[in-house]
Amino acid sequence: MVAAGSPKTISVTLRVWRQAAPNQAGRFVDYPARDVSPNMSFLELLDVVNDQLTVTGEEPIAFAHDCREGICGTCSLVIDGKPHGPHQGVASCQTYLRSFSDGAVITVEPFRAQPFPVVRDLVTDRSAFDKIQQAGGYITARAGSAPDANAVPVPKADAELAMDAAQCIGCGACVAACKNASAMLFVAAKVSHLGLMPQGQPERDRRVLAMVNTADDLGFGSCTNQYECSAACPKLISHDFIARLNRDFIGATFRSGFAATPANTGGGAG
Amino acid sequence: MAKLDSKIPSGPLAEKWRKHKSEIKLVNPANKRKYEAIVVGAGLAGSSAAATLAELGYKVKSFVFHDSPRRAHSIAAQGGINAAKNYQNDGDSVYRLFYDTLKGGDYRAREANVHRLAEVSVNIIDQCVAQGVPFAREYGGLLANRSFGGAQVSRTFYARGQTGQQLLLGAYSALSRMVGQGAVELFTQEEMCDLVVVGGQAKGIITRNLVTGEIRRWAADAVILATGGYGNVFNLSTYARGSNTTAIWRAYKRGACFGNPCYTQIHPTCIPVTGDYQSKLTLMSESLRNDGRIWVPKRKEDCGKDPASIPEADRDYYLERLYPSFGNLAPRDIASRAAKRVCDEGRGIGETGLGVYLDFSEAINRLGEAAVRERYGNLFAIYQEITNENAYRTPMRIYPAVHYTMGGLWVDYNLMSNVPGLFVLGEANFSDHGANRLGASALMQGLADGYFVIPYTIGDYLASQKPGSRPSADGPEFREAEANVRGMNQRLLGANGTQPVSHFHKRLGHIMWQYCGMSRTREGLQQALRELATLREEFWATVKVPGSADTLNQSLEKAGRVADFIELGELMCLDALTREESCGGHFREEHQYPDGECKRDDERYAHVAAWEYQGPGKEPLRNVEPLNYEFVKMSLRNYK
Repeated sequence: MVAAGSPKTISVTLRVWRQAAPNQAGRFVDYPARDVSPNMSFLELLDVVNDQLTVTGEEPIAFAHDCREGICGTCSLVIDGKPHGPHQGVASCQTYLRSFSDGAVITVEPFRAQPFPVVRDLVTDRSAFDKIQQAGGYITARAGSAPDANAVPVPKADAELAMDAAQCIGCGACVAACKNASAMLFVAAKVSHLGLMPQGQPERDRRVLAMVNTADDLGFGSCTNQYECSAACPKLISHDFIARLNRDFIGATFRSGFAATPANTGGGAG
Repeated sequence: MAKLDSKIPSGPLAEKWRKHKSEIKLVNPANKRKYEAIVVGAGLAGSSAAATLAELGYKVKSFVFHDSPRRAHSIAAQGGINAAKNYQNDGDSVYRLFYDTLKGGDYRAREANVHRLAEVSVNIIDQCVAQGVPFAREYGGLLANRSFGGAQVSRTFYARGQTGQQLLLGAYSALSRMVGQGAVELFTQEEMCDLVVVGGQAKGIITRNLVTGEIRRWAADAVILATGGYGNVFNLSTYARGSNTTAIWRAYKRGACFGNPCYTQIHPTCIPVTGDYQSKLTLMSESLRNDGRIWVPKRKEDCGKDPASIPEADRDYYLERLYPSFGNLAPRDIASRAAKRVCDEGRGIGETGLGVYLDFSEAINRLGEAAVRERYGNLFAIYQEITNENAYRTPMRIYPAVHYTMGGLWVDYNLMSNVPGLFVLGEANFSDHGANRLGASALMQGLADGYFVIPYTIGDYLASQKPGSRPSADGPEFREAEANVRGMNQRLLGANGTQPVSHFHKRLGHIMWQYCGMSRTREGLQQALRELATLREEFWATVKVPGSADTLNQSLEKAGRVADFIELGELMCLDALTREESCGGHFREEHQYPDGECKRDDERYAHVAAWEYQGPGKEPLRNVEPLNYEFVKMSLRNYK
């Protein structure tokens, strides 16, 4: 539904980053989109432009997308300089044309960060996030070995706070928004979610050390407390979790100095 | 003719699974590492299967077309997961969950499979809590539950409106752990394009790397498909845009039977369609029906009015009126058809007249806005984002949309297809939901299959295969399959027509929605089959796929998937045409009671239709697996 008084259609120009391959130079190309519905989502506008390009014999714009309801974390556009566009708390796919004025020139770029190399046009490689998870973003619980689900009560407040962190969709907007390309908000969300649950305590130290060290190794930068990350986060995950991450990391680093076995080995076997 | 042996164990219903587990063959721990399993798909079923098989010691290769396993569309499931924990002390039991699911499926599922599902449901919740899934809790710290359609107990566990996300992140974390240990090799952006059958057994797959375009051959001792459902055959659905049928469709063309393809679920509460550019329909979770009341005006003349101006006496809360004992929590197929009926009567609301109200004013008065916000806040936010309307102030407008497919590849009790060595899990198989799936049962089935069924049953097959006997990926069957994939890509790129792929996908969707959607007729389905044959020919003659096969080419990906969808659409219509009865989501207008309810024909159709491919241009063979109800009496499904 269009809000009362808004126009039936609008026309905009998309200024889109085109780049054929990772090691090739990219450039901006303008694509006009005339008389489109303001109820259209931003990705649907790209669909329409791509169909026009296909018919005229040009290569369509590559962009990452899947669920189109803000939960899979695939879509990853920088719209007018902001990861996921002008609105807070939404992903690119939940951005609608009604947010733009008639005649606007809209700049569309990929997420830009060294650990997220451009694959093509607006598509980047974010597999670095998977590597951070593989390093320790889990609770070891072999299928078949779990106790009854109600055996360990979890205070409601802890479960709610864990859920606030666990909502992270792994899109990488936090990294794209950060001048240091830091993955601290992403790592903090994982570490906080699992660290708040009683089930996550046995591996808590090992987890935070492994995840932070892996993020460092992959080339993500450090946090300098600008909080661009939480402002860009489509799930509005709070930067307070970064403070929690820092406390966990410092404590774990300290304790690992006294541990009988190094904290970053062996814990995952199970 | 395919041999369909369901391999249902003998004995009392409640003993079958336990007995089967203790009787099937085992693979000794030292031998497990000599077997390699391919798992295609990394949603709930695929991730949990890959992780669990690796924990057991098998070598696992996991393939996913997404850029990360965490993107699989299980992530979008909102409402919850059922389990017969009876934590609410409200009379739930394994038997009741079994019975509700079987009845919900309109007596078109196997008793033994459904009972097993209900049995392992309790283990799933234990497993997920152990992984740290932050389920909703009560103040005392114990797990909370809510109600879902088709049940009179509260057995649904949830994590706000993001239950699928949290369960998938749990399975993904288990998978990531095994990848980190080197026990699973993970291949992302690698799409399965063909199944390789050697000596009658599934022994590998062909994939295309979506970034580089490279076609690769992979040999294994067993192949597991957990590639989800095929609702995008309707173009507009609640599925992710990438969800597709390609893996199971190409397995079908290699001999795996396709069970009940026409059984599709149309979910009653989705945001209505607004324009022809639309790419996606968004679900509003069934959990909303716990507190939201569905209504339309009693009189057509009121449909254009502001809902707030229509007095209570002039509103028709039709679900509460028609189904007093289940009310707004009637099962999905029933609630969807009821919405269609009132809209067909001209009492639909919104610009298109294809909509009904889902109204929270009574709940807000009873509980307060804050409580409603805590329960459903994220759903109200999604609704506002899309429609620009505030559902705390004015009722939501909803309409049914395609949401799930109960049909899928035929599997036996071990989840193995009729092609030995090919296993199919989760939504990709046909097995547990009959003709209609109840809410909060899809997550249950995906995780049951992956964590608690396949780890046992795959051993029964592998124990019959000599360790180290898997064929080389250079064999003739692999080369032929690779050539097949390359040939199809070249044909698509070479068509050089005039129309983008989306043109055909939209037309396909229109045909399927009109003739094979919420209500079906003989004439309509025959018309659909004619139109689909034309569409298929036009597709291959006039599709335009730019670019090359050697780079990231999203047009080529879509083209291959839509080509498969068109063929699948034909099979769905054929299946719907030959099933001369109504059951669950399959509603044939010729077969209904005077009140519009489904009229099953148990004499002639209490069976699974398992379609067998016979080659291009030939009508597929309709095999039949009879459904023998030993423990439950098939009865008229009644929610009144």
